[in-house]
Amino acid sequence: MSSIWKSFRAARRRFAALFRLRKSEDEFAAELDSHLQLHIEDNLRAGMTLEAARRDALMKLGGVEQTKESYRDRHGLPVLENLLQDLRFALRVLLKNPGFTAVAVLTLALGIGANTALFSVVNGVLLNPLPYPQPGQLVSLYEKEPDAQEISVTYLNFLDWRKDTTTFASMASYRHDDFNLTGADKPERLRGEMVSAGLFPLLGVRPVIGRVFTSQDDRLGTSPVVLIGAGFWARKFASSPQILGKTITLNSTDYNIVGIIPASFRFDGSSDVYIPIAQWNYPAFLDRKMHMGMEVVGRLKPGIALAQARADMDQVARNLADAYPEADRDKGIALVPLKQDIVGDIQPFLFLLMGAVAFVLLIACANVANLLMVHASGRTREFAIRTALGATRARLVSQLLTESILLALTGGALGLLVAFWGTQAALSFLPETLPRAEEIGLDAHVLIFTLAVSLLAGILFGLAPSFKTLKSGENETLKEGGRGSSGASHRTQGVFVVVEMALAVVLLIGAGLMVRSLAWLWRVDPGFNPHNVLTFRLSLPAAMTQNPQALLAYFRELPEKLDAIPGVEASSAFAGDLPMSGDFGALPFWLEGQPKPPSDNDMNLTLWYSVEPEYFKAMQIPLLRGKLLSLEDNEHSQFVAVVDDAFARQYFGDRDPIGKRINLTFGFPQAEIIGVVGHVKHWGLDSDSTAALRAQLYFPIGPELIPNMGQSITVVVRTHVAPLALMGSIRHTIEQMNAEQVVYNEQTMDQAVSNSLGPRRFSMILLGIFALLALLLSSVGIYGVLAYLVGQRTHEIGTRMALGAQSQDILRLVLGEGAKMTLQGVVVGLVAALALSHLMSKMLYGVSSTDPLTFAGIAVVLALVALAACYVPARRATRVDPMTTLRCE
Amino acid sequence: MTDKADVWQGTLALMILKTLETLGPLHGYGIARRIEQISGGVLSLNYGTVYPALLKLEQEGSIESEWGVSDNNRKAKYYKLTGAGRKQLEREARDWRQAQAILAKFLSATEPST
Repeated sequence: MSSIWKSFRAARRRFAALFRLRKSEDEFAAELDSHLQLHIEDNLRAGMTLEAARRDALMKLGGVEQTKESYRDRHGLPVLENLLQDLRFALRVLLKNPGFTAVAVLTLALGIGANTALFSVVNGVLLNPLPYPQPGQLVSLYEKEPDAQEISVTYLNFLDWRKDTTTFASMASYRHDDFNLTGADKPERLRGEMVSAGLFPLLGVRPVIGRVFTSQDDRLGTSPVVLIGAGFWARKFASSPQILGKTITLNSTDYNIVGIIPASFRFDGSSDVYIPIAQWNYPAFLDRKMHMGMEVVGRLKPGIALAQARADMDQVARNLADAYPEADRDKGIALVPLKQDIVGDIQPFLFLLMGAVAFVLLIACANVANLLMVHASGRTREFAIRTALGATRARLVSQLLTESILLALTGGALGLLVAFWGTQAALSFLPETLPRAEEIGLDAHVLIFTLAVSLLAGILFGLAPSFKTLKSGENETLKEGGRGSSGASHRTQGVFVVVEMALAVVLLIGAGLMVRSLAWLWRVDPGFNPHNVLTFRLSLPAAMTQNPQALLAYFRELPEKLDAIPGVEASSAFAGDLPMSGDFGALPFWLEGQPKPPSDNDMNLTLWYSVEPEYFKAMQIPLLRGKLLSLEDNEHSQFVAVVDDAFARQYFGDRDPIGKRINLTFGFPQAEIIGVVGHVKHWGLDSDSTAALRAQLYFPIGPELIPNMGQSITVVVRTHVAPLALMGSIRHTIEQMNAEQVVYNEQTMDQAVSNSLGPRRFSMILLGIFALLALLLSSVGIYGVLAYLVGQRTHEIGTRMALGAQSQDILRLVLGEGAKMTLQGVVVGLVAALALSHLMSKMLYGVSSTDPLTFAGIAVVLALVALAACYVPARRATRVDPMTTLRCE
Repeated sequence: MTDKADVWQGTLALMILKTLETLGPLHGYGIARRIEQISGGVLSLNYGTVYPALLKLEQEGSIESEWGVSDNNRKAKYYKLTGAGRKQLEREARDWRQAQAILAKFLSATEPST
C-alpha cells in the first residue's frame, strides 16, 4: 500500500468523521473510562489506596481533557471543524439577537445592493467587451476639421478611405434613416439602416435565414434588396421562413427580402429594415462636400495598433486633400475605438457614481462595525471566560470574523435582490440615457464582485471588534465585575461615527452640487418657450416629393388644418434639425460685398432652419428687431431670412443687419435679412454657450428646399392644453389629408429639453439616492452609539442626578457628546469634499465645485439631522431613575 | 539519552504494531503498559498519547478495533493488526534495522579519529 494512498484513505476517514463527531467523542470517552478503570484496578492490585490509584491513573494518562483534545485534533480536520463550530455558534448568536441581526443585515444589504447594482451597470456598459468577435479591433472613423471633431463621413470619401487604407482589414459604412412601409394594411414608419455590404461580415453577424448583402447588391442600379430584423419579421410576418423572396414596399419602391438579421444585433439601435447604402441615388449623398450623417466603422488588421492606423489614415487624408482640395482641404480623419465611441460620454458619470456608492458601503460597514462593537462589549465577559478556559485569541478572533462574514454574506445575498430590483427599476425609469443598457444584467462577474465585496466588508467591519477584544485584557474584564471595558472602545466608536459623518458630508455635497447645477440649468432660458409645444415627424409620400408645387401647397394647407383643431394655438412645418435634438444642419455662406471664398470649407457656417411664419409664434421666439417671416414671403417674392442675435453680433457687430444680404450655398438664392430674433439654445441648456457654431438663420419653406429635404418633415405645434392629448385629433386630421402619411416620433419640447439633460439627471438622481442613504445610515450610526453610551453610563447619570443634576444638565451632557462627534465629522467631511469635489467640476453648471452655499447648507442639514438623532437617547438619559441605578450596585 | 526519552509519533506507531503482533488483540491501556515495561522505564510515556497514535493507525487501515471484555470482565476496546498492518510492521522494522545498522557503522568508524 503506497503511502499516498494511505494518507488519502486517512484523510477520507477524517473527513467522514467530521459528520459523526459527537458519536465518536462519546465512544472515546467510554474508551478512556475503561482505560482508567483497568489502570485503577491494576493499581489497587498493586496495593495502592483507591485515592492514590485514581490519581496515579490520571497522572499517567496525562489528563483526560488534554487526551481528548489531542485525540480530537487527530480525529477530524481541526481547521474545518473549528470553522463548522464557529459557523454553528455564529448562527446561534445571530439568531439569538434578531434585532441586531436584522439591522446589520439590512444595512449591509442596502450598501452591498447599491454597489452591486451600480457595478452591474459599469460591468455591462464599460467592462464587458462589445458583443462582436475581436471587439478590440473595431474602430469608429469620422471626418474632422480644425474646429470640429467627429463629423459624419461623405460617401465618396469613405470609398477612397476603404480603397487607400493599408491598416484596416475592412471598413463599412452605415446611415440611419426611417422608411415608410406601404402596400400592406396600414402605412407604417420603420426604423431603417442603410449599410454597406461589408458591415455584417465585419461585425461577424450571420443571418437567421437567407443571406446578407453581397458587393453585387451594394451598387447603384441593381435590383433593390432588403434584410429585415428578426423583431420586425416576428411582428409583421410571424417569423415565417417563406418570407424570403417576397417583396415589401419601402418609400414606394419594392424591395426583395433576402435574409433575416438576428434580434440580438443592435448596432446603432435595433432596426426593422436594412438596405444597401450604395443604392441610395440621392444627389447630395454623392457630393463629397455634403455630410449626410453616414458613419464608418473599420476592423484593424491583426496586430495593428491604433497609432499605426492613425498615421495611415492621416496619409490617406492628405492624399484626398491634394486630389479634392475644394472638398477635403483641412479635412482629417478621426479614429476612436468603437467601444469608447459608444460609451465614452457616460464613463465619467459612472465612475463618479461608483465612487459615491463605495462611500455608502463604507458608511454601512462603519455602522455594522459599531453595532458589532456594542454587541461585543456585551460579550466581553463571555470572551474573558473562554480565554481563561484556554481558548486562544486567534480562536476568538476567528469566531468574531466568522460572525461578521456570515452577516456580510447574508447581507450580500439580500443585496443581490436589492440590486436586481434596483437595476430594473432604474433602467425602466431612465431608459434612453445609457448606451448598451440592454447588456446590463447579473452575470458571473457581478456575482463574483458581490461575493468579494461582501467578504471584504465582512472582514473590514469584523476586524474592529476583534482588535478591541484582543486588546482588552481578560483578567481586567473579570475584575471589572462584567460591566464591560470603557474608554478605549468609546473612542473607537466615536471615530467610526466621525468617519461616517464625514463620508455622508462628502456625498451630500456631491449631490447638492449636482442638484444646484440642474436647478441652474432649469432656470436657463432656452430662447424659446418649451411648455405646451408638441413636435412630431411626418413622412412624405413619394408622389408628393416628386411634385414640388403639390408639396408647397401641402405645407400651406397643413398649418391651416392643424390650427382648426380645438386646443391648437399655432403650428408650422419645419425642415432641418430641431433645437435640443442633438442633430444640426450647417449651411456655408458669405456676406454680400465680400469676395466669394474659393470653397465651402472657407465659408462661414450658420445653423439653418426652414420654417413657416407661425414657427416663431409656436416656439415663442421673441423678435428683437425688424419683422418676422410672413405668408407674403413666398416663391414669388424676394428670398428673405431672419437671423438670430448671435448671428447679428458675430457678423455685423454694432451695425444693423436689417436689409443686408447674404449669399447661401446648397442651391439657396441670396437672402435679404428682414429681422433679428432671440438666440435659441440649440445645443442644449448646458453646452450651447460654449458651442463653436451658434449663428442661426431662418428662411421660409420654398421650392429651393425640396432637393435638400428627405422623405419627411417635422411639425411643431403650440397648444393651449396638454400637448400629447391632442395627438389623436392631429393624427385624424392628417390621415384625412392624405392616407399614405405616417405620423411618428411625437415628443413635447419639454421632453426634449429634459432629455438633453439626461446623463446629468441620471447622475443627480442616483447621487441623491446614495447621499440620502448615507445620511440615513450615518444618523442611525450616531443614534446607535449614543444610545449605547447612555446605556453604559446609566449608573453615572443616575449618580449625577442623585447629586442634584437637572434633566437639562443631562440632556446637555449627552447632546454635547453627540454634537462633538457631529462637529468633527462635519469638519473632516468639509475638508475632504474640498479636496474631492473638483473631480466633478466638469459635470457642474453654474456652481463652482467649492460652492460655499452648498457646503454651508449641507453642514447645517447634516448637523441638524445628527442632533435630531441624538435627541432620542438624550431624552432617555434624562428619564433615568437615580434610585433604581443606585440600588443596582 | 541521559534523560527519560520522549516518544515521538513514528516510533510509537512501530512499537504499537510490534506489541499487537507479539501479544495479539489488546486494549489501549494494555498497549501503553507493555511499551512502558519493554522500555524498562527509560521511556516516559503519557498513556494518553497512545490513543491519537492508535486512531491514526486505524485511519490508515493498519489496525482495526472492536469492543470486547477484558480478563477481569471490564468492557474495553480491543485493537488488532490487519494484513496491511502486518506488512507495514515488517517494512518499518526492516527500515529501522537498516537505519540503525548504518548509523552504528557510522558512529564506530568516526570514533577513533576524535
